Amino acid sequence: MIDKILDRVNGDVALVRRGRYVTLDFLVGVGDQDYIFRIDQGRIESISLRDKAMNSGHFTIRAGTDVWTEFWRHTPRRDYHDLFSMFAAGRAQIDGDVTPFMQNIRYFKDVLTTPRVASGEA
Amino acid sequence: MPDYEPITGRYFTMDVAGEPVRIYLEEAGAGTPLVCLHTAGADGRQFRHLMSDPAVTDHYRVIAFDMPWHGKSNPPVGWEDREYQLTTELYKETVLAFCDAMALDQPVVMGCSMGGRIVLHLALEHADRFQAVVALEGADKLKAYYDTEWLHRPDVHGGEVAAGFVSGQVAPQSPDEYRWETLWAYMQGGPGIFKGDLYFYWVDGHFDDRSSRIDTSKCPVYLLSGEYDSSCTPERMEATAARIKGSKATVMPGIGHFPMSENPDLFREFILPVLDEIRR
Repeated sequence: MIDKILDRVNGDVALVRRGRYVTLDFLVGVGDQDYIFRIDQGRIESISLRDKAMNSGHFTIRAGTDVWTEFWRHTPRRDYHDLFSMFAAGRAQIDGDVTPFMQNIRYFKDVLTTPRVASGEA
Repeated sequence: MPDYEPITGRYFTMDVAGEPVRIYLEEAGAGTPLVCLHTAGADGRQFRHLMSDPAVTDHYRVIAFDMPWHGKSNPPVGWEDREYQLTTELYKETVLAFCDAMALDQPVVMGCSMGGRIVLHLALEHADRFQAVVALEGADKLKAYYDTEWLHRPDVHGGEVAAGFVSGQVAPQSPDEYRWETLWAYMQGGPGIFKGDLYFYWVDGHFDDRSSRIDTSKCPVYLLSGEYDSSCTPERMEATAARIKGSKATVMPGIGHFPMSENPDLFREFILPVLDEIRR
């Protein structure tokens, strides 16, 4: 599902506009794998598998593979339906410099929600 | 003439903690007074659907007021040098002052979230004044899951971060129109107000050591909690209900923390039977 995020974000004019003050790298952990998201003024330049320990970002959001899979379903179960419900239930974590995340909270939450399966989509 | 909604709004000034505060209220309907208390960081608009539902307003005079510092109610004069912080005592005093000012006789009081907590405190200490209390998303013991300092600081927009936090409390099934209307109110809150409310909600309002003393034969207690509520979870509501002997608890599937505003059509299926039972 991670592979869907770049095109869905960059194809969403309103989402890119909301992120126009965001230029940074951040990490998303899916199970044992970390992905580096490189953002330039709201557009995603690249999403790449982290292959060096020194590669990092401002902050990291991590959850298990099964947690993200449920989160990206059309109608997730409770405790999986939103990043903050996942934090509340102890199913996801955020680490690092959280300030840019908080300053652009809707942008980052929306970016991570873009793989969510639309109604009727397989 | 426009197609007016049945809701009317008025202002008056009442004393709270020895200070005059200009209060805004909305009301609709006739019958038993039903005082509605909004969630933390929001205002009485959350109850607009209830106030436009004849199944409710044919039997109840529904009254929703904005707490001081919220919505169209003012903060007290001199607010500019104060840090707003809602305590259990101040909240109780505010609700009682409102009921006195309105000369309400044995109203039903229904609150959501922090409003759902304070109605339980009122049932404990002022059972003789209320016909019944309805706690929506209210519990006697809760646990904070984010740092409220993020809600009031110069490098983060408090309204946007408040909405970012509470959007996770809206069920995924709720209609987008009402989801975003609910969040809009959060984006409009005054600086530091949601944070100050959460002092009561997450710090000062716990009373699980005393809630078992609520006498439901004097003041019936109804609790309703949404499946997708991450703070007053169904489990926390049921634990509260187990401590309050004789209380009635309902879990609302497919609803989050803002039942009356995020999914009014689904909410009425759960609240109408409660309001009918109270009336009987």
